[in-house]
Amino acid sequence: MSIESQTATVTTVERVPATRRRQLSEGARAERRLGWLLCAPAVIVMVAVTAYPIAYAVYLSLERYNLEIPNAVKFVGLSNYGAVLSSWYWWHALIVTLIITVVSVAIELVLGMLLALLMHRTIFGRNTVRTSALIPYGIVTVAAAYSWFFAWTPSTGYLSALTGNSAPLSHTGQAIAVIILAEVWKTTPFMALLLLAGLSLVPEDLQRAAKVDGATGWQRFIRITLPLMKPAILVALLFRTLDAFRIFDNIYILTKGGNSTGSVSILGYDNLFGALNLGIGSAISILIFICVAIIAVLFIRGFGTAAPGTDTGRR
Amino acid sequence: MARPDTGKKFGWGAANTIAVALTLIPVLWIVSLSFKTPAGILDATFWPKQWTWSNYSGILQSSQFIRPLLNSIGIGLIATVIAVLLASMAAYAVARLDFPGKQVLIGMALLIAMFPAISLVTPMFNIERALGLFDTWPGLIIPYVAFGLPLGIYILSAFFREIPWELEKAAKMDGATPFQAFTRVIAPLAAPGMVTTAILVFLFCWNEFLFAISFTSTISARTAPAALAFFSGSSQFTSPTGPISAAAVVITIPIIIFVLFFQRRIVAGLTSGAVKG
Repeated sequence: MSIESQTATVTTVERVPATRRRQLSEGARAERRLGWLLCAPAVIVMVAVTAYPIAYAVYLSLERYNLEIPNAVKFVGLSNYGAVLSSWYWWHALIVTLIITVVSVAIELVLGMLLALLMHRTIFGRNTVRTSALIPYGIVTVAAAYSWFFAWTPSTGYLSALTGNSAPLSHTGQAIAVIILAEVWKTTPFMALLLLAGLSLVPEDLQRAAKVDGATGWQRFIRITLPLMKPAILVALLFRTLDAFRIFDNIYILTKGGNSTGSVSILGYDNLFGALNLGIGSAISILIFICVAIIAVLFIRGFGTAAPGTDTGRR
Repeated sequence: MARPDTGKKFGWGAANTIAVALTLIPVLWIVSLSFKTPAGILDATFWPKQWTWSNYSGILQSSQFIRPLLNSIGIGLIATVIAVLLASMAAYAVARLDFPGKQVLIGMALLIAMFPAISLVTPMFNIERALGLFDTWPGLIIPYVAFGLPLGIYILSAFFREIPWELEKAAKMDGATPFQAFTRVIAPLAAPGMVTTAILVFLFCWNEFLFAISFTSTISARTAPAALAFFSGSSQFTSPTGPISAAAVVITIPIIIFVLFFQRRIVAGLTSGAVKG
């Protein structure tokens, strides 16, 4: 981040007269004011919808606040966190979420890379593949989830019939596998498109030179394509990991979180609308927020200066 | 030499066919279900033996589906227009102007793009109830705008950087104020980027489910995906499989056509935010 912002400062200093530090010229001051003015509405909306509710959630999480007994609201310190963290439900939901996240993102990375290579290399039917890959991206998650739900419903679904009238959604492990299947189907194309963009940045000359030197296709992929694609892969992984960690729609439709298949998002939802407990619900919200922050920080460490958003003026 | 070439071509062809089939089968399945009769639904075949439109005529006469469909369209369009407008202003400032706090804005947009929506549900539920926004259009439009903004700011600032500086300078030299330079010169040039952003933000709103079921309680603001999850059969003993499938097709097919029609823009938008960004 520092390198990028330094570059930005240098270009600024070049453009604006040297007197800038002491006394802003009228034009620079107008530019500043316009900059703030143009950003203000967006900032106000973003703060009002995220920062303020999160701060409010921190406050709520320190209270005993059940909507069924609204007169018993009381400050209880960190005891809601204690209740959540000592509960088997939280840890189970967290483990389920992590399993779904890791397995589905790993599968998506492999399939997404294959699909990206397919879209990049194939000549015949390239547009057909690219077009059909956008279908899972475009489809409403809830609609796709219903397609999988009915497909695995005994005596209705073709997949259930193919596997001997099985009912995978009523077994924990199998239900999680179906949830992962639905998630992978829906989001692999997104992964593939991000990877395809990275793939097109790998110079063709380099590939040809390596081929002349006798490198096999696999060697070229491992030694040239992958290292050059690292930034694109990290961005795709970051976005998909955070997205998978927030998984809600697919589980809600497929199992409603039954048979211990609920993710942390399902737990948070159930706590609010099932137990009507704002205090515990807010503690769960904050804990999920912390988990996401940890994942993001770990990834951004991995990015180094290539993190998206640190780029100001240059491309 | 001819043989491996044919073999290779065949290999690519087979891989392409598999990829296309895998993306299409779940879609065709829900389409097929939507044309099945209640008896046909229970035979577990992939294609219906007997085709019927009754599932469609059923849901298209039901206010439990029509009203949420209108909500989806209205909420999606309003949120998209507001988000694109606010994001264009901020992205213009990010791409063109020099002002302190730019990094903060970019960092904030990135944070919100990563924000776990569920963390907002509990506090927002309470806030919306207190403000009377619960179960109203603005109650969904406001969070949708907030979550559409980061995407918009990224895509649009990438697009805005492509526009040549000189045009703006020329306009200013001809006596245009910075605001006029924005509305008269930059905005028309940025229109393709704004269209891309609008498409992606609208798709997000159309797809959104968690807020839609959390901040609504009746069909007065419930959007179509949320309504789907609350469908019930006409009586306690009829399964709503057919109507749900028909409704899923109705909300999906227009979007698929839309996505295919704008595919180049969508691909450009999705990847510009992440790779160029």
